[in-house]
Amino acid sequence: MSSIQQMSKNHNPLLQIENLNVEFLNHTGNSIRAVREVSFTLGQERLGIVGESGSGKSTVGRAILSLIPPTGKIKAEKIALNGIDLQKLSELEMRKIRGNKISMIMQDPKHALNPVMRVGEQIAEALRLHNNIARSEAKQKVLDILKDVQIRDPERVYRAYPHELSGGMGQRVMIAMMLIPDPNLLIADEPTSALDVTVQMQILAIIDDLVREKGMGLIFISHDLNLMASFCDRVLIMYAGKVVEECQASELAQAKHPYTKGLLSCLPTVENSNQILATLNRDPAWLE
Amino acid sequence: MIQIHNLNVHLGSGRARVHAVRNVSFDVKQGESFGLVGESGSGKSTVLRAISGLYQNHSGEIQIDGEVQGGSKGIDFYKKLQMVFQDPYASLHPRHTVDQTLSEPLQIHKLDHVEKRIRTALENVGLGINFRFRYPHQLSGGQRQRVAVARAMILEPRILLLDEPTSALDVSVQAEVLNLLTILRIEHSLTYILVSHDLAVVAYMCEQIAVMNKGQIVENLSKEQIIKSQATEPYTQQLLAASKGYDRETARRLLQFN
Repeated sequence: MSSIQQMSKNHNPLLQIENLNVEFLNHTGNSIRAVREVSFTLGQERLGIVGESGSGKSTVGRAILSLIPPTGKIKAEKIALNGIDLQKLSELEMRKIRGNKISMIMQDPKHALNPVMRVGEQIAEALRLHNNIARSEAKQKVLDILKDVQIRDPERVYRAYPHELSGGMGQRVMIAMMLIPDPNLLIADEPTSALDVTVQMQILAIIDDLVREKGMGLIFISHDLNLMASFCDRVLIMYAGKVVEECQASELAQAKHPYTKGLLSCLPTVENSNQILATLNRDPAWLE
Repeated sequence: MIQIHNLNVHLGSGRARVHAVRNVSFDVKQGESFGLVGESGSGKSTVLRAISGLYQNHSGEIQIDGEVQGGSKGIDFYKKLQMVFQDPYASLHPRHTVDQTLSEPLQIHKLDHVEKRIRTALENVGLGINFRFRYPHQLSGGQRQRVAVARAMILEPRILLLDEPTSALDVSVQAEVLNLLTILRIEHSLTYILVSHDLAVVAYMCEQIAVMNKGQIVENLSKEQIIKSQATEPYTQQLLAASKGYDRETARRLLQFN
């Protein structure tokens, strides 16, 4: 509805990142550059960020929401949502962006949900923080969104505590919570890594459908190359804080950068099972 | 080498009692690599733990190297069979150096030539002798898993039970650990049982594969059958399809299995 109309009115891309750097100070006083010179723009598409642990992919997601701990420093020429520079916003204004305009799905629902609050109330809280609506109306909306994420018995789940739900159900609840304020941009940080492959498929199908229907932008962060190639439109490959390659997801198999090639070739398959797997020789030149 | 016949494991008690493994039977030949694959809660790790003697209350017969395993296991059993766990961040003692970690099994089994054995064990897993006095926090994930493999291998066992040995690792590191396991198996003619949720890893490593769901073996497949996609059970077919990456059409057709 209105959010999409607003976006088409101004011609800025949904999200613009220019020259993003994130540095962390460690206890010895040395700074570690977790994200280095990352630039990209995002429209209403599914953008994947792939990389190994420590490559800075999650930090990019968190930097967009300025959710970096005090030991970290974000430096960027531009982090703009619909043309509005998020760096110029005060903490109070930023709170209106988080959850409302940009929301983030975390990896593990077991850690990200409040263990002592009923699931329904947690989802309603996400809605009531950003909208001034009645409790009963909020409840109805929560039940509707639970149905949207394909929970068969929304009434029961509404009253459940997080520990009473399976991993897949917990992740659906988290997705429901992130979608209920109707954000323009969804950041999904390894949303299915803790789940079984079949449950993963179902969760991805839900994200896929909702992103299409509501015309959202999606940043999908994962370490799983096969999943990226099949799920996203475009992929950024990160290594040691830098984007080393950008390509269409369908063309990931023809990637050019030696790091991406290396990652692809060290995947075990049935076909290469009689051979020793290729391993990655990390070239110091990739860091330049 | 390993014969499992009608294995049943119950966990918990009272209302929380779960029938975790139901009538599981399989044979693993000497030098073979056998894979157990399934989703979380399918009982695959429980089978492994029952074989290794971590559960006492199971019924059915577990025969290892021609010997039927009873309730209490002697020290010889553990010299023959060792286990590598999933998470090298959790399975190594954080306040023990690599040297302490590796010498503990040697002390328990009263083995001599400690110095030489630790040296060989470290060389076997591709870590130099200079790793000997490091603590786990001074090692990367892949190096930790190599230490875990070295700890298992230092007793020169004939069977290695591998419980998701690469799930906590990045793909590039996973490749290194899988290569190490392949080479060790050839050099020491080991027998493996590998448990994983990752069909690609199991298919890569194992000649025989059993697919588990809800505590039961749904289907037994050879590597060739997986290559040719010759799974007959719908559950296996679905698992194979789902591990090939995201596809909206496959997602729509997913079924529940009980």
